[in-house]
Amino acid sequence: MTYVIAGSCVKDDSCIEVCPVDCIHPKPGAPDFDVAEQLYIDPAVCIDCDACVEACPVDAIFPDFDTPEKFDYALDLNAEFFAERSTAERTAA
Amino acid sequence: MPQARVAIVGAGPAGAFAAASLRRAAGAVEIDFFERLPTPWGLLRGGVAPDHQEIKRLEDTFHRQTLARGVRFLGHVDVGVDLSHAELMRHYTAVVYATGAQTDKSLGIPGEELPGSWAATEFVAWYNGHPDYRDLEFDLSGQRAVVIGNGNVAADVTRILTLPIAELERTDVADHALETLRESKIEEVVVLGRRGPAQAAFTSAELRDLGRLDGVDVVVHRDEVQLDPISRQWLEEEGTFTARKNVALLREFADREPSPDARQRITLRFLRSPVAIEGTDRVEAIEIRRNQIERDDEGTLRARPADAPAETIACSLVLRSVGYRAVPLPDVPFDERHFVLPNEGGRVLGPDGTAVPGVYAVGWIKRGPTGILGTNKRDAEETVAALVEDLRGGALPEPEQPGREAIDALLAERQPDHVTVEGWRAIDAHERTQAEDRPRVKLTTRDELLERARSG
Repeated sequence: MTYVIAGSCVKDDSCIEVCPVDCIHPKPGAPDFDVAEQLYIDPAVCIDCDACVEACPVDAIFPDFDTPEKFDYALDLNAEFFAERSTAERTAA
Repeated sequence: MPQARVAIVGAGPAGAFAAASLRRAAGAVEIDFFERLPTPWGLLRGGVAPDHQEIKRLEDTFHRQTLARGVRFLGHVDVGVDLSHAELMRHYTAVVYATGAQTDKSLGIPGEELPGSWAATEFVAWYNGHPDYRDLEFDLSGQRAVVIGNGNVAADVTRILTLPIAELERTDVADHALETLRESKIEEVVVLGRRGPAQAAFTSAELRDLGRLDGVDVVVHRDEVQLDPISRQWLEEEGTFTARKNVALLREFADREPSPDARQRITLRFLRSPVAIEGTDRVEAIEIRRNQIERDDEGTLRARPADAPAETIACSLVLRSVGYRAVPLPDVPFDERHFVLPNEGGRVLGPDGTAVPGVYAVGWIKRGPTGILGTNKRDAEETVAALVEDLRGGALPEPEQPGREAIDALLAERQPDHVTVEGWRAIDAHERTQAEDRPRVKLTTRDELLERARSG
């Protein structure tokens, strides 16, 4: 179970401020923050707590089981962002 | 010392984030928005595409964090015309400019001034019901439109030209635009990108949307999504997550077969620049040439003209979207090279490079036209931190006329029709109640807006 962020994200980072497990990235100040088109939730870390959904000013966050059809790509996209990130981190290390 | 008072010029997203941030950082400071239009929230109302209503929900947050917390709205007041910068400085402890980037860059090619050739932002302002653009007449009676540019505005105008009318009817698109779009005869929208697929500035979300429009084929030529060696290396070594997604999406588009019952077609062309717009009395065609990607001395990938014959595309409408520029504000320093207010962390600098006490900038007029809505939040926090530091450090002298009554008296004289928060609430409530299956039905002339505001 996880939440996912859809393409209507405006990157205002209200979700990052409230996430108790720090699973939303990239964070302001991270090297990939400015170029990111949206924020993503790491499905391996998300504890399904709902705090980000409440905080999002544009309702861009959905539970994985209830994502609108137009955002059906979002679950894979969020997961892929972290899969690539960990590859990049491994390569850099 | 009496209560500090701050004027924010421009009630768009940058101004709204600045007011909200200042409210949080220094709750007792009095804040007034000065806005040229009778309505607040700038590009959230007049720029964000009508089919992206979810993004427009940000207006609720803006309202809650500013107007509902005592920030005053003074709309239909043009700073530089109705009130001068010097007058604001006489009445406020600090003035924050949040005026955005109001003009578009031109292509600098022959024929650009022909009827039928427009800035995409004019089309955007028209379909979003901006009162200064509602009387523009877009001729959609031809079969092909050409959109120049690969950013989010290019994606928006392409989508608005191809969205099923039934979907558009459920949005807050301006009624005059809905009428014109309903009669549109445009069958194909060709989108030209100067650089290649790996460098396209679309977000992958925007690109994906173009490929999912009901009854619309998206066409990409296979040879134009083959990456040249320089772009391939760049994508592997430095490419962003979005750039890799875009290339994958474009390859998927290139593999699609045309649908026999498609209503319209979007053709995405890459490595193509316009050379001239042709036509006798109006736009009839556009001449384009091929580019190739080269790496310049600084390592940046650039499009350079390739040795190839020019190509002519017949079209009746050209919308250019190749960047924006701020315009200078009367009596405020301006950086003519970068088209921003010269500033350091939001403190506006004078010709000698030192900060002009009490003058700040936020948003596009501060950093140039980059980033998305949320980018303004951190930008605003930086400017507000500087302002609060100056305020608490005693760097801001008390203005000559620090009371609210003085500015109100001046406003009553200069712009007696100015719109207050009550006026805006009356406009907002009216627009929402007029709508049945729509989020709102916009009032689109100043007269209608002002008349409704007076009823509030």
